[in-house]
Amino acid sequence: MAEIKLPENKLNQLKEICKSFDNKAGELINVLHKAQELFGYLPAEVQEVVAAELNTPVAHVFGVVSFYSFFTMTPRGRFPISICLGTACYVRGAEKVSDEFKRLLNLKLGETSADGKFSLTGLRCVGACGLAPVVLVGAKVYGRIAPENVKDIIKEYEEL
Amino acid sequence: MAKFNMHLLVCGGTGCRASQSEAIVESLNKRLAENGLENETKVVTTGCFGFCEKGPIVNVLPDNTFYVSVKPEDASDIVAEHVIKGRKVERLLFSDPETEESVSDSRHMGFYKKQIRIALRNCGFIDPENIEEYIARDGYLALANCLTEMTPQQVIEMMKKSGLRGRGGGGFPTGLKWELTAKVPSDVKYVICNADEGDPGAFMDRSVLEGDPHSVIEAMAINGYCIGSNHGLVYIRAEYPLAIQRLKTALDQAREYGLLGKNIFGSNFDFDIELRYGAGAFVCGEETALIHSMEGMRGEPTFKPPFPSECGYLGKPSNVNNVETYANVPVIINKGPEWFASIGTETSKGTKVFALAGKINNVGLIEVPMGTTLREVIFEIGGGIKDGKEFKAVQTGGPSGGCLTARHLDTPIDYDNLIEAGSMMGSGGMIVMDEDDCMVSIAQYYLEFTVEESCGKCSPCRIGNKRLYEILQKITKGEGTMDDLEKLKNLSQVIKDTSLCGLGQTSPNPILSTLDNFWDEYVEHVTEKKCRAGVCKSMMRYIIEPEPCVGCTACARACPVNAISGERKQAHTINQEICIKCGACMEKCKFNAIFIK
Amino acid sequence: MEQIKVTIDKKTLEVPKGTTILAAAKTIGIDIPTLCYFSLGDMKIENKPGGCRICVVEVEGRRNLAPACATECTPNMMVKTNSMRVLNARRTVLELILSDHPFDCLICAKSGNCELQDMAHRFGVREIPYHGEQSKYRVDTSPSIIRDVDKCIMCRRCEMMCNTVQTVGTLSAINRGFEAVVATAFEMNLEKSSCTYCGQCVAVCPTGALTEVDHTRQVISALADPKKTVIVQTAPAVRAALGEEFGLEAGSLVTGKMVAALRELGFDYIFDTDFAADLTIMEEGTELLSRLNKHLAGDKEVKLPILTSCCPAWVNFFEHNFPELKDIPSTARSPQQMFGAIAKTFYAEKLGISRENMVVVSIMPCLAKKYECQRDEFKTDGNPDVDFAISTRELANFIKQANIDFNALPDEDFDNPLGVSSGAAVIFGTTGGVIEAAVRTAYEIQTGKSLEKVDFDELRGMEGIREATIDVDGFPMRIGIAHGLGNARKLLEDVRDGKSQFHAIEIMACPGGCIGGGGQPLHHGDSSILMARQKAIYCEDAGKTIRKSHENPYIKELYEKFLGKPMSEKAHHLLHTHYFDKRTKITIE
Repeated sequence: MAEIKLPENKLNQLKEICKSFDNKAGELINVLHKAQELFGYLPAEVQEVVAAELNTPVAHVFGVVSFYSFFTMTPRGRFPISICLGTACYVRGAEKVSDEFKRLLNLKLGETSADGKFSLTGLRCVGACGLAPVVLVGAKVYGRIAPENVKDIIKEYEEL
Repeated sequence: MAKFNMHLLVCGGTGCRASQSEAIVESLNKRLAENGLENETKVVTTGCFGFCEKGPIVNVLPDNTFYVSVKPEDASDIVAEHVIKGRKVERLLFSDPETEESVSDSRHMGFYKKQIRIALRNCGFIDPENIEEYIARDGYLALANCLTEMTPQQVIEMMKKSGLRGRGGGGFPTGLKWELTAKVPSDVKYVICNADEGDPGAFMDRSVLEGDPHSVIEAMAINGYCIGSNHGLVYIRAEYPLAIQRLKTALDQAREYGLLGKNIFGSNFDFDIELRYGAGAFVCGEETALIHSMEGMRGEPTFKPPFPSECGYLGKPSNVNNVETYANVPVIINKGPEWFASIGTETSKGTKVFALAGKINNVGLIEVPMGTTLREVIFEIGGGIKDGKEFKAVQTGGPSGGCLTARHLDTPIDYDNLIEAGSMMGSGGMIVMDEDDCMVSIAQYYLEFTVEESCGKCSPCRIGNKRLYEILQKITKGEGTMDDLEKLKNLSQVIKDTSLCGLGQTSPNPILSTLDNFWDEYVEHVTEKKCRAGVCKSMMRYIIEPEPCVGCTACARACPVNAISGERKQAHTINQEICIKCGACMEKCKFNAIFIK
Repeated sequence: MEQIKVTIDKKTLEVPKGTTILAAAKTIGIDIPTLCYFSLGDMKIENKPGGCRICVVEVEGRRNLAPACATECTPNMMVKTNSMRVLNARRTVLELILSDHPFDCLICAKSGNCELQDMAHRFGVREIPYHGEQSKYRVDTSPSIIRDVDKCIMCRRCEMMCNTVQTVGTLSAINRGFEAVVATAFEMNLEKSSCTYCGQCVAVCPTGALTEVDHTRQVISALADPKKTVIVQTAPAVRAALGEEFGLEAGSLVTGKMVAALRELGFDYIFDTDFAADLTIMEEGTELLSRLNKHLAGDKEVKLPILTSCCPAWVNFFEHNFPELKDIPSTARSPQQMFGAIAKTFYAEKLGISRENMVVVSIMPCLAKKYECQRDEFKTDGNPDVDFAISTRELANFIKQANIDFNALPDEDFDNPLGVSSGAAVIFGTTGGVIEAAVRTAYEIQTGKSLEKVDFDELRGMEGIREATIDVDGFPMRIGIAHGLGNARKLLEDVRDGKSQFHAIEIMACPGGCIGGGGQPLHHGDSSILMARQKAIYCEDAGKTIRKSHENPYIKELYEKFLGKPMSEKAHHLLHTHYFDKRTKITIE
């Protein structure tokens, strides 16, 4: 018998989210979006609760979570760094920028640093192609980034 | 109500916001208030102007002065000079790269001259968060006419006559699609808008939703009337927060004005729209996958038939069109199908929006009549290749498309010509490449994308694309053989021939078109282990020529891995074991002493 | 039905509208290869994701090749199933699938019975031109089932069985693209999931991705141990299917040869689970009558309907999904466990050996039985009542390993006393059988009259959910029957919501009942095999001299000498059980 634990207030909020979508399994993706907003990520416990509330198998919930790249089961860093890997950025050198971030932070794409400060992800086209290559730290956009700028961007957040 | 005699339109699209356009609005308002002009001059945040390369953009009306690359600190000059004294701020005007003269009216700029804006008609002209501005430009007139003057069949006939084809990729005739859905009897039907733009390098749908959300709402309501549906759904990328917010605002306003809801225009027609969020899956651009995603499932496509027009969302007949397609609809109704059909080519009517990017001077969003040539787009609108380099290829159609070359430059762009040339329209991404781009690497880039985005349901796409990617990797690492090129060909053909959905059926296109157009480059990689563009790192070595090297140490300081050694004022050397081939040293060297071998 | 003219490989034929190319081709002897497609037509079970793309054919006028399994014929369609283009595409797709498949055919549990291997053989694949990364997942071993996800080819058959047919929902496609496979949530072990071990996923898996845990080695060790007395019991459905593994026609009854083979293998006593099935009827039938009579007397405490409890996957299912109904099923243990309990008490005493020196092996059509015999409540001081449950397939392999020419064996009889059974016990092997057996006994005990006709045709058949009213001397007894857990769920939800009223319900987890169990010889989607097995079961029943459980003389003797009467304290202790709430608990931190 499996047993899972969640803090009470979060558990209640999560149940509220499910209820706000009438506990319908068809609303699973909307529920997961809200749940990820609440928890920052979608750990197994959260998926178990969502499954129970929507009366759908947890394997189905996980099948959905693991299908969509927007959903993550690992907490993102305090300063999530997203490198645009869209074509426009790619041809203007996004890969070199990405390599430099990977090297300096010693992270692969999709990973979060041990201290929880930085996470590194690639994303596809933010639509700021005029500023290519583009890097986002949280919601802040850095445009026309060259590998040598990477150091400075990281530095901005290191002391925070 | 204040009557404004001057408007300052500031681009509030995602690209310009990333360059502080919100701060520009704030500064402008502050300066105007300081000068007591807040009731005479109005600052309007609009959608994308398209000329992203020169963003942020501020357009002054009524005199149509187009300021480019504006910074928040320029606000004081714009107010002090232009607004108060009526003098244009010269330094903020666009300078024509050829004549080096300032151009103040956008209509005279190369970038805009050849454009005809239908889908983007309101982007950059109205405040997308103000329904009255949309209404003032004939907004909801088409809906009113449809509901009060026309039968659904008449509207469908107009759509058919216009020749509009789906702008999302496939190019299926829109009127026919509507008719098919209208013909299936059902108590419940759905109008679906595909706003899950996933093509890496295309952002027209987002720009329409950010700049003119009502055009989509209006068109969906018209579609609802035609097919007999009261329920619309917009499937929108969760990564588009601004578009979501503007769409929500627009929906609220439309409801408030009675343009959505019960008994619209007293016609007994009810219609409303709700939002569904995508969660990051390119394959959801395929309509059956999109529908499954909206139903809370994995976005896996299913075999067609049955088509969504028969069995769509929740098993009910559904009409699926993308944002740009819908955005064309109200104009077609207002101006007539004949007008629309007069633009474009024999088989492709109207205009197409392209996201022009890559190694081109004028990056941005453009809308041109079908039939415009690639040369016009790249060299006239796009302003040619950046840094005076040589044009090498243009990739259209995103990951499903192909790379076209100089010999295709005079091809008039339409659905059929692009397919003929080995590419496709796709959603309208257009990436320009120059001599520094390695075509094998470009193919590899697209395959990496496809491998990541394949849903995994069918074996050729799931495994085949992975194998294609691995073979390309082998080639770019300098380990490829001629046999690998044969494998690429056969595998690509089979994947196209056997895959379940459009993703797999087109994913080998970047390989096939580059094999076709750049065969020699593949062969060089394989037989000579040479990458002429100098992109494939495994095949290159950075070398410092002792002669020109003056020992300035700039390269050593730029090297991120300390691979360069040498005494001051002595020729330096690069340790090939350590070198990661990032090229930073070469960029820093002022003496052209570093070259790639 | 509208008829459509189509031409396949230059042969023109007419088929009803809605016929797929695959089905149409079959009618004219064209066998288009398939991999993901799976159908148990008569049972309305179909898997048609159109995912493997092995069955692609060329349809004139279409740009791409079409999957024959999912494409319906249209008027005047021209189809080519063996053009160069088709053959090359098919081979390439197969090579791709093989390029992401482990090359351990020699030691794979599925070797010789693997549809992918057959396909490679059929295509004469001699090398795999495409190489690259292969999927790497952890092997998960549970009490019943082994998942080796690296061998998953994403045919989705197991997912369909687990979700659509069984509504268990343990398996789902996970991840995306190259990483996509069918697995459990969070790739957790089956043991931690809501898996019922029904084994239907194993029964349909075309490769070695899902197989049973093999206990044959442990059985061989026990047989080789001179200190151990090894007793074997065989479930009713085994005798109707075992022959298939030796090339006999489906539906061949091989009871006598099976007994002979077990004796050859060295088991000390060859007994029959059917004996325990008769015992089950005594206990369960008595419980049914007791509850029913109390109910008729107006006792509001007593709950009806009574649900059968001999199917261990079904027990797992309601413990996970309907724990609130856990006091409705009969408390009677399954025949396997009743047999073990009697063997290790009554019979061990009779032989004068300790339970530790007795090894009880059961031959089962079922994989959930492996789990059932490991449940703690069926152990005494850690020693299980049944030591090992091996499947029909495992037994067949064991017989082959032991150089026994099965088909040449003479027919032999079970040993006494635990080998004697009635016809009522035999029909436990098919859907409807348990309840028919119970009715035969309950009727006679309740009314004191002798049944004129022991066959209850109204309880037989293959419909997923069946209902019947039996006239028990004027009292209309409402019976419900469901096989397949999805059908069970529907029936149970109706009962819970008060939509249907039954006095007794029989539930079997597997489609068809035990004859279609997860441990049976693989039917590869041929539902006529299940029909033939069912027929064989009823045939064996009809041929028995004793047809009713309560008339089994050794059962009578067991009660007289050992148990007292049905539902006595001793019977309760040895033959009954209790159930658990296994739903995932969500608690506050």
